[in-house]
Amino acid sequence: MPGLPLEGLRIVDLGVALAVPYGTMLLADLGAQVIRVESTQVFPNQTRGILARPSKKAVETMAPISGGYPDREPGERPWNRFPWANCTGRNKLGMTVDLRKPSGLAVLSRLVRISDAVVENNTPASLERLGITYEWLRAIREDIIYVQLSSFGQNGPYRDYRALGLQVDAFCGHDMLRRYRDRDPSYNTWAVPSDFAGGVAAASACILALLHRRRTGQGQHVDISMVENFINLIGHIVMDYTMNGRVQESYGNRDPDMVQGVYRCKGDDRWVAITIATDEQWKGFVAAAGNPEWTRDPRFTTVTDRIRNQDALDPFIQSFTSQYDHRDVAELLQRHGVPAGPVLDDADAFADPHLKARGFFIPVSHPDAGRHLYPGMPWKLSRTPLGVRTPPVRLGEHNQYIYKELLGYSDEEYRELETEGHIGTEYAPHIR
Amino acid sequence: MVSQALEGVRVLDLTRHVAGPMCTKLLADYGADVIKIERPGRGDPARWIGPFLHDLPHPERSGLFLHLNTNKRGITLNLKTETGRAIFFRLLATADIVVENFHPRVMPSLGLDYAALSAVRPNLVMTSISNFGQTGPYRDWSASDLILYAMGHEMWGTGQPDAEPAGMANKLNLHMAGLMAYMATLGAFFGAQFQGVGQQVDVSIMEVLASSIDRRAPSLLAYQYCGERAVRIPSVHGVDAPPFVNYCADGFFEITVGINWWAEFVSAIGEDWIRDPEFKPPVRTVQARERFDSHWIPWCMARTKKEIVSLFQKAGIPCAPLNTTEDLVNDPQLTERGFFIDIDHPMAGRLTYPGAPFRLPASPFQIRRPAPMLGQHNSEIIGELGYSAGDLEVLSAAGVI
Repeated sequence: MPGLPLEGLRIVDLGVALAVPYGTMLLADLGAQVIRVESTQVFPNQTRGILARPSKKAVETMAPISGGYPDREPGERPWNRFPWANCTGRNKLGMTVDLRKPSGLAVLSRLVRISDAVVENNTPASLERLGITYEWLRAIREDIIYVQLSSFGQNGPYRDYRALGLQVDAFCGHDMLRRYRDRDPSYNTWAVPSDFAGGVAAASACILALLHRRRTGQGQHVDISMVENFINLIGHIVMDYTMNGRVQESYGNRDPDMVQGVYRCKGDDRWVAITIATDEQWKGFVAAAGNPEWTRDPRFTTVTDRIRNQDALDPFIQSFTSQYDHRDVAELLQRHGVPAGPVLDDADAFADPHLKARGFFIPVSHPDAGRHLYPGMPWKLSRTPLGVRTPPVRLGEHNQYIYKELLGYSDEEYRELETEGHIGTEYAPHIR
Repeated sequence: MVSQALEGVRVLDLTRHVAGPMCTKLLADYGADVIKIERPGRGDPARWIGPFLHDLPHPERSGLFLHLNTNKRGITLNLKTETGRAIFFRLLATADIVVENFHPRVMPSLGLDYAALSAVRPNLVMTSISNFGQTGPYRDWSASDLILYAMGHEMWGTGQPDAEPAGMANKLNLHMAGLMAYMATLGAFFGAQFQGVGQQVDVSIMEVLASSIDRRAPSLLAYQYCGERAVRIPSVHGVDAPPFVNYCADGFFEITVGINWWAEFVSAIGEDWIRDPEFKPPVRTVQARERFDSHWIPWCMARTKKEIVSLFQKAGIPCAPLNTTEDLVNDPQLTERGFFIDIDHPMAGRLTYPGAPFRLPASPFQIRRPAPMLGQHNSEIIGELGYSAGDLEVLSAAGVI
């Protein structure tokens, strides 16, 4: 069996919240040894929970995405049961060290010496204040790669601004571009595609820098602004402004070049997404709908007519879709060559025959969370299949191995570091 | 002269529309020699999708196409002809990576599946991007940005309960998938170079979205953990105080307070009303929420986005204005960082484009050329293979190029 693509590389993951833990997971999936460096003395926001030790009552008030601990029970070690963290923890090793102490920096320095890259996305300048800078890292290892992901970048007037993915999206204009066409953006549900994009960018940039280092022996300091990365994903919308001076409004679920929307189906809160771009697809739609009278309405004759008159067309389309189950109508339309797909809720996704056939969900047993199906990999490799080699990493899970085997600390030194509060598997009692 | 990370890497780019070109744009922007292969005649359909310069449809003036195809060289080639495929295989002999985003049945039907390609280039990385992947019951389904979002992502839980599920910005999901395919391609290429393992990468856009850290993956896991689905929650009259999106004197701003930043929030506002103990999150009663709003809304309406963002940022609270594209292009931070760049194009003129998505000072993003015009590099690239000017004319007349 040939090795995974990034086998033999070691990455230090100083990431918090969503983006970098997600990006380093992609590197871990590809075979890199990713070591998550956390602290039992500091509880970073939105990383292993909203609170370290939430009450059962507090957990119950939260939406499932944040309060959805197994069986809604925070359990003895809630930080190992938090859905967000357990989505990004697979295939990683984990250690704890308190980087606020010089003895903690000495531990990190030993780790950096044997690592290829360090990746982080802490609050601006927070690592700098601890003395962790590119210069410091490079003095330890000349060819180190240091990837810093931040909201606005490592210089400029907003360098120190705090923003989560929500604020990055807002700043990039995304809230204005995705609002309902007839409602203001305060009706938006929060979303963080910029965190997704930031994580993928951090992983991509890390591999680019590794390629460059293989060729030249040179390390480097990578600076990624989540804002700048995200703007590249809405480039056409930005260019409408730079080319034509047009500030685009939201299309809602519609599209300027096609008839497109989400339509109600039979059942409670069931929907189907449909796109009709061409005359061919319109013909297919008409046939699937059983050639009803209204499809011959002169307002719906050409592509342009249908786009222009979509307000009039939509109720007719919905009168058709609402007779069917959301999956059935999508299949019916697909059989007639019309792009369509059911809006799948979380339960639907686990029952989806395609995701099942592709083996998308992967069963994972986790000592503190139990056995569950986890969402899997976004892509497949033909010769070196990716998989879950180890379950989502627990706080300090591999302290013994990392300190003793990798970093060469003696049993006595290990005990000392434990006493100093570096090594542990639980957050310090003062952390709520 | 600094070199780029992918200098000397040759990519044959069979992609069109959005997701594939986004992937190969990033390969090209960081140094790869990307040869974009389009079908003769109309070329990449993205050439025919707006926005167009001055709103006049023209295949060399689409903002979508111009942005997604920087730094590529372009040829036309009809892969349905034998000669077209012969030229493709001769180019393949010099290639490290092939990227394609046809329907999964297309490449095998042309005799261009991974087995055939890797017989010529054993260490080849071939990235295949498709709506649903190269296998499975939906393999041959058609889809769109919206449909993939509906099926793969968190659409059902996005929006208001009294309205339809809501999408993202136009074509955002396809761009996201392109970025992910880029990451996958780089990873596989690293393996091909240093583990000696060339292989095919099967990127399913639906699965990219279903595994996204933007809510969907944690929601799916939370459903496994506790059996509850992510549902659409009324954002305006919910319990969060303040909500994420708020009105102010000149627009909207986004703030996250919750339990984590409550103390900072109280001291930043610094007025008596905010010290009401019932305001501390989570706010549990409608009365408390209404009382909060009766102070909070006038407080916001008396201030501008700029004042509010600067006040809360000083207090260390995550807060940002809801910008428009106009705000973005004129933003002082992006200006100081020199983010936006001007690129000259023979048919579209000098236009402003988004710049580097990530900054690698030792192996940087560089614009070496604008997006190719249809068939612009036919004689340069196909000519290199030994075809004369006369041969090219014959190929063109035969509809091969």
